[in-house]
Amino acid sequence: MSALPPYASTGQKAWFYTFRTICGLIFLFLIMPILVIIPLSFNAEDFFTFTKAMLALDPEGYSLKHYKDFFTNSDWQNALANSVRIAPMATLLATGFGTLAAIGLSQSYMPFRSAVMAVMISPMIVPLIISAAGMYFFYSRIGMQGTYWGVVLAHAALGTPFVIITVTATLVGFDKSLVRAAANMGAGPVLTFFKVQMPLILPGVISGALFAFITSFDEVVVVLFVGSASQKTLPWQMFTGLREQISPTILAVATVLVTISILLLTTLELLRRRSERLRGMSPG
Amino acid sequence: MSDVQVNDGPMLAADGTPLKVSIQRALRRQKIRALLLVAPLFLFICITFLAPIGDMLFRSVENAIVPETLPQTVVALKTWDSKSGEAPSEKVFAALYADLKVAVKEKSHTRVASRLNYESPGVASLFRKSGRRIKRMQEGNYKEQFIKIDKDWGKTVVWETIQRFSGNYTKGYFLASVDAKETVDGISMKPEGERIYLYMLLRTMILSVVITGTCVLLGYPIAYILSVLPLRTSNLLMILVLLPFWTSLLVRTSAWIVLLQQQGVINDLLVSLGIIGDQNRLELMYNETGTVIAMTHILLPFMILPLYSVMKTIAPSYVRAAKSLGASDWTAFWRVYFPNTIPGIGAGGVLVFILSIGYYITPELVGGTSGIFISNRIAYHISSSLNWGLAAALGVMLLVVVMVLYFIYDKIVGIDNVKLG
Repeated sequence: MSALPPYASTGQKAWFYTFRTICGLIFLFLIMPILVIIPLSFNAEDFFTFTKAMLALDPEGYSLKHYKDFFTNSDWQNALANSVRIAPMATLLATGFGTLAAIGLSQSYMPFRSAVMAVMISPMIVPLIISAAGMYFFYSRIGMQGTYWGVVLAHAALGTPFVIITVTATLVGFDKSLVRAAANMGAGPVLTFFKVQMPLILPGVISGALFAFITSFDEVVVVLFVGSASQKTLPWQMFTGLREQISPTILAVATVLVTISILLLTTLELLRRRSERLRGMSPG
Repeated sequence: MSDVQVNDGPMLAADGTPLKVSIQRALRRQKIRALLLVAPLFLFICITFLAPIGDMLFRSVENAIVPETLPQTVVALKTWDSKSGEAPSEKVFAALYADLKVAVKEKSHTRVASRLNYESPGVASLFRKSGRRIKRMQEGNYKEQFIKIDKDWGKTVVWETIQRFSGNYTKGYFLASVDAKETVDGISMKPEGERIYLYMLLRTMILSVVITGTCVLLGYPIAYILSVLPLRTSNLLMILVLLPFWTSLLVRTSAWIVLLQQQGVINDLLVSLGIIGDQNRLELMYNETGTVIAMTHILLPFMILPLYSVMKTIAPSYVRAAKSLGASDWTAFWRVYFPNTIPGIGAGGVLVFILSIGYYITPELVGGTSGIFISNRIAYHISSSLNWGLAAALGVMLLVVVMVLYFIYDKIVGIDNVKLG
C-alpha cells in the first residue's frame, strides 16, 4: 500500500511515517559515502574531514589542488594510462568470445548446455582471491605473470560471464523467424548475422561490453597478483594509496570514477530502453 | 496423391534421401554449428581460468621438491625405521652428502629447507647451516661429520620429517589448513595456541552471516517500498540503489575509511554534537565493525535487487484479502506477505553470502587484524610468507565452500536466471 488510506488508525499512521523514516535512513546509508567524498575532494587542506572553512561555505576552504595532483602526478597518470590500455583490450576479447558463445548457447540444438553454461559463468562465481591465486600460480609457470597480456587475458576471462548473461537475455526475445526469413531470401549465415541478428541484439552486446569494461577497469585483486609494477592500474594505485601513504588525491580520483559510473549507468539505462523498444517492435 | 506409398519404403526428402537421414544430418549440422560458436570461448576459459584453478588444486598436494632435490636420500631412507629411535646409517648420510652437494651448487637446498620447515620448524636453519659447511667436508665418515655440524642430524626428528614428506604428493598442506599435522603417531591437532585457520574460517563464516543478516534487515524495507511506490518515484529511488552498485569498489571503501576513521566524518560529527567526548572517539574501523559496516554497504544492492524482483510479482490483493478476512496488519504481513518473499530472501541471502565469504579488498583495508577474512590469509601466504602450497590448500577449502553454496543457489534461483542491474 503506497498511500495511507483515509480510514487509517493513529497506530497505522504512526507506523506509516516511522517506516518511511527508516527507509529514508537506509537510502541515506546507501548514498552517503558517495555524497561525502565529492565535496571532500575539493578540500583545500590535506584532511579527510570537513574543515571549518568548508562548513562555512567559504570559497577559501575549497580548491582543485587534489585534482591538479591527479592530473600532474606521474604515478597517477601512469596508473590511468595502464587502466586505459588494459580495459579496452580485455573488453574487446570478452565481448567477441562472449557474444559468439551466447549465440551458440541460445540455439536449441546445443548439447550439454547447462554444463557448458556453468563452466562459462564460473569466473563470476569463484571468489576473486581464488582466481587471482590460481592465475598467479599458472601464469608464472607459463611465463605470463607480470606481462600486459597476462593481465588482459585474466580480465577478459572475468568479464565474459557478464557478456554471456546480457547477450543471452537479449536473445531470449529474439524472433528466430527473422533469421529464417533472411535465409529464405538467400542470405548466408554470415550476412544474416551482420545484417539481421547483430543490429537487433546490439543493445545487449553493448551493455555486456560495458559490464566487461567496468569489471576490468575496477578490478584490483587479480591485477595485484597477475600484474607487475609496469601494469599498475588505477584501482591498484588507489589500493596502495589507501594502505600506505593515504593522500586526499584518492578522493579526487574517486570523484572522477563516480562521474564515469554515472555516465555508464545512464548509457546502460538508455540501451535497456532501446532494447525493449526494439523487442516490442518485432512481431510474435 | 496416389503416388505416395505409405507402407512401402521410407519417406523420402525432396532430394531423394530418406527423410529420417536428411533430418538427422540437418540436426547434426545445427549441433556442430552451435558447438563451433561456443568452442572459442570454451577453450579461452579453459586456458585462462580453469587451468589456473586446476594448477591451484595441483599445488595444494604437490610435494615434488623433496624427492627432486634429495633423490638419493629419499631412496636410502626407505629402509630406515623411524620408530628405532636412532639416526639412520652411514649409507643415508652419504646419500644426503651427495644430494646436498648438488643442491648447494644449484642453490635449491634453501627451497627444500623452507618446504620441510613448514612441517617441522628448525629444519630450515639446519639445512642452511649444513649447506654452508658442505664444501669443507671430507670424504668418508659422513655421519660423524654431519653430527659435528649440528647434533640435530643425530636425532630422529629431521629424518622422520624427510621420510614422511618424501613422496611426490602430500596431504601436509591440507592438514595445516585445518590446524592439524601428521607425526609418527598419526594425525593430530596442533597445540591450542597455534590453531589459526579453523578459527579464521569460522570468523569468515560468522562475519559473512552477520553481513548477510544486516543486508536482509536493511534490504527488506527498501525492496518493499520500491515495489509498492508508483513507478515514477520508485525508478528515481532505484538510482540511489544502483549508483553505489555501479561505483568502484575502491571508491566506496575509501569513502568508508573517510567516514569511519577516528578523525573521520562520523566521529567528528558525534563530537561536535556533544554525544561523545573528544577523548573517547569510537573505534569504528580496523576491527570487525569496520568490515561489517563497509561490506554491508557494498553488498546491499545484491540483496535489494533480487528481493525487489520477487516482491514486484506479489499481487497486492493477497494482503487485502487477508485483511478483509479479519487479519491484523501484522498477521497479514507475517502469514501472507512474508512467506511469499522467502524465495527472494533465499536468493539474495545466498548471493550476498557467497560474495562476502571470498572478499579480500575491503577487509584488508578496513579490517585491521580482527576483521580480516580467510582470503587475506591466502594473499598473505602468496605474497609474503611464500608458502604457496598452504595458500593453495586454503584456496581449495574456500572454493569447496563456495561451490556448495553455488549449488544451493542454482537449486533456488538457477544460474540462467541471474540478472544484472
